[in-house]
Amino acid sequence: MSHGHKSEFLAHHFEDLEQQKESAALGMWLFLCTEVLFFGGLFCCYAYYKYRFFDAFISGSHHLDIKLGLLNTAVLITSSLTMALAVHAAQKGARGRTSLMLLLTIALAGVFLVVKYFEWSTKFHHGIIPGHNFQFPAEDLYGGATVKTVEIFYSLYYCMSGLHGIHVILGIVVIGWLWWINQKGRITPEYNVPVEMVGLYWHFVDIIWIFLFPLLYLLGLHVHG
Amino acid sequence: METTMETNAAMPAESPLYNKRNYLNNGYSLRSWFLTVDHKRIALIYLASITFFFILGGFFAMLVRLELLTPKGDFMTSDGYNRAFTMHGIMMIFFFLIPSIPAVLGNFLVPLQIGAKDLAFPKINLLSWYMYIGGGALALFAMINGGIDTTWRFYTPYSTGHASGYVVTTILGLFLMGFSSIFTGLNFIVTIHKMRAPGLTWFRLPLFIWAMYATSLIQILGTPVVAITLSLAAVEKGLKIGIFDPAYGGDPILFQHLFWFYSHPAVYIMILPAMGIISEVISCFSRKVVFGYSFVAISSMMIAVIGFFVWGHHMFLTGQSQFAGLIFAALSFLVAIPSAVKTFNWTATLYKGSISFEAPMLYVFGFLGVFLIGGLTGLFFPALGLDRHLHDTYFVVAHFHYIMVGGAIMGYMAGLHFWWPKMFGKKYPEGLAQAGAVATFIGFNLTFFPQFILGYMGMPRHYHEYVPEFQFLHILSTAGASVLAIGYLIPAICFGWSLLFGEPTGPNPWNAKGLEWEKSLSPPPTENFSEIPVVTEEAYNYPDAEATVVTRS
Ligand SMILES: [Cu+2]
Repeated sequence: MSHGHKSEFLAHHFEDLEQQKESAALGMWLFLCTEVLFFGGLFCCYAYYKYRFFDAFISGSHHLDIKLGLLNTAVLITSSLTMALAVHAAQKGARGRTSLMLLLTIALAGVFLVVKYFEWSTKFHHGIIPGHNFQFPAEDLYGGATVKTVEIFYSLYYCMSGLHGIHVILGIVVIGWLWWINQKGRITPEYNVPVEMVGLYWHFVDIIWIFLFPLLYLLGLHVHG
Repeated sequence: METTMETNAAMPAESPLYNKRNYLNNGYSLRSWFLTVDHKRIALIYLASITFFFILGGFFAMLVRLELLTPKGDFMTSDGYNRAFTMHGIMMIFFFLIPSIPAVLGNFLVPLQIGAKDLAFPKINLLSWYMYIGGGALALFAMINGGIDTTWRFYTPYSTGHASGYVVTTILGLFLMGFSSIFTGLNFIVTIHKMRAPGLTWFRLPLFIWAMYATSLIQILGTPVVAITLSLAAVEKGLKIGIFDPAYGGDPILFQHLFWFYSHPAVYIMILPAMGIISEVISCFSRKVVFGYSFVAISSMMIAVIGFFVWGHHMFLTGQSQFAGLIFAALSFLVAIPSAVKTFNWTATLYKGSISFEAPMLYVFGFLGVFLIGGLTGLFFPALGLDRHLHDTYFVVAHFHYIMVGGAIMGYMAGLHFWWPKMFGKKYPEGLAQAGAVATFIGFNLTFFPQFILGYMGMPRHYHEYVPEFQFLHILSTAGASVLAIGYLIPAICFGWSLLFGEPTGPNPWNAKGLEWEKSLSPPPTENFSEIPVVTEEAYNYPDAEATVVTRS
């Protein structure tokens, strides 16, 4: 009205695109703070029980497959790269390249989940299921570890990587949505906030894994045997 | 719209008494309400929803009070009683008190008070309501199917072990409600940061906005922790895995730490918004700027921050170490400082003010009295030795009801009366509303003051049978609860009457300061302001009280 030209991307309640973009960014960062505390509760449990049942934690951790963990770490870091490239392409207005990078990110996230699936199903196969007649080979118990306390490690292992997995799945959904609106031409050099925001989210998911990997997989390196 | 608004002239004279094109009549279809992204409409949907849960929680309170009329458990079984007070707690805390002021008055007022057209994320605001009502539906489902008896705290290992009923369903409901609360807080913080009108600097903000900001911080930083904690308990219950279960070497105290990390600050989610309202109302009805404005503003932030480091005072007797107990005791005493700053500053605001006694102000006086008692009795608990005597007695019950019912609900009522003319553009019957405020005050104190004495004499909480010596005080308490119920019924009648027959009020019936009064109409148009207002003065810039004769209708 009074301001003459208004962008078609500008929501009615904002004054200009700058304000809209800053609001979205602040909102996303606040959401990530919430997420940090959300995972923080789990990390607290982990820290406390690791302190109390150190032997059980290294026994349980030693039993995890470091190679698969490492592979997944590489996969997820690469997906962060493709996501960053998608953001860059969107800012440059390269629609085709944006779509390609988004699809690559989804594909890598898919690989991550498939690897996770195989990890979990092998564990289930060996009876490493907390709460359901939990099995753990006695020869793999180090120090003062007991089967019961190793079970706590695995409860946390499934909860932590499970919650992370849920975030990966949600990421696939929103990145899929980004791809869709990009195809429809709703991402432009003038307005590409959604890509940037989802990018932030995806890097966060990546960072959570960067913490999970050493806590869950590398801890077992304390065992030399 | 454009014609009725002059940006700089005093509005009331030339503004219509009732704004004909307003947010209320901008569409009548169900769709226009349940898919609305207008913060004002969402506030009203919340108002209806939380009132529903308030009535439900009140119903369970009534069952509890009826049972306690006699020393013998002759009205309900022990199990039924456990379920009744658990459902009372869950409905009142999670589905009424936590959303009450933020989701209703906060939603309505945050954009109006800072000169914005809406919250930063209107669709997320709507989503919040759907998450809230979805969570409420799950809790209702669990309730209809027999409820649960874990108390609202869900202490493990009981909640994850023997507890019967739909514990997991209820927790899922709380999880949804929790994220609804997080999104509301997130929306407010972004809005307050990014959408203030030109000239509206941080230290010109209404104190209600400061209070909402502090509350929102707690919502986004505390709620996720209880969300994950309760989720872990639900997973433990549902899948029988060991996290807090001692049978696996797990530690129930860990659950308590994580639970209270949110649930102590949650008290401030309930009381801080009420404090914000008190500041607004006391200033308007004393015709004075709030004494020590910046101290009152900062004290809200102090309460929010310190509140995160005191949770251990709930655990002095549940296995926490003596050393941790000492630290938490010292930190808990600290919260008294910013709370006292507020109380003293409100009192100083009254000094030499031109005070009048309309219903909102009566609620404020009620608040000041009961908050004083509730706050000071709170200091009994961090006194470690005394806590041993008072822990888990009715003294605790009385204390937190003084804060959460006496404080939070009286603040909510004050706010509802104060902004009612803005929300609906109509007067409520003043005399009847004043009677409601008085009835609430009397009923409230009659209900809960005897509980201090009961608790001090040793009546434990959560029991439905007691020794006959306690009966007299319990009868007093139940009688008080009946008066209190009338105290809540009267405002409902007032507001109903107002909607049907209330006369139009004009945009600023209280002659109050603030953008919502001075720059918007009653009821406000969908876009709130015909043009974005420019702020040129400090908050509560009332003309010198002694020099002005104030005429109010
Ligand atoms: Cu507390």
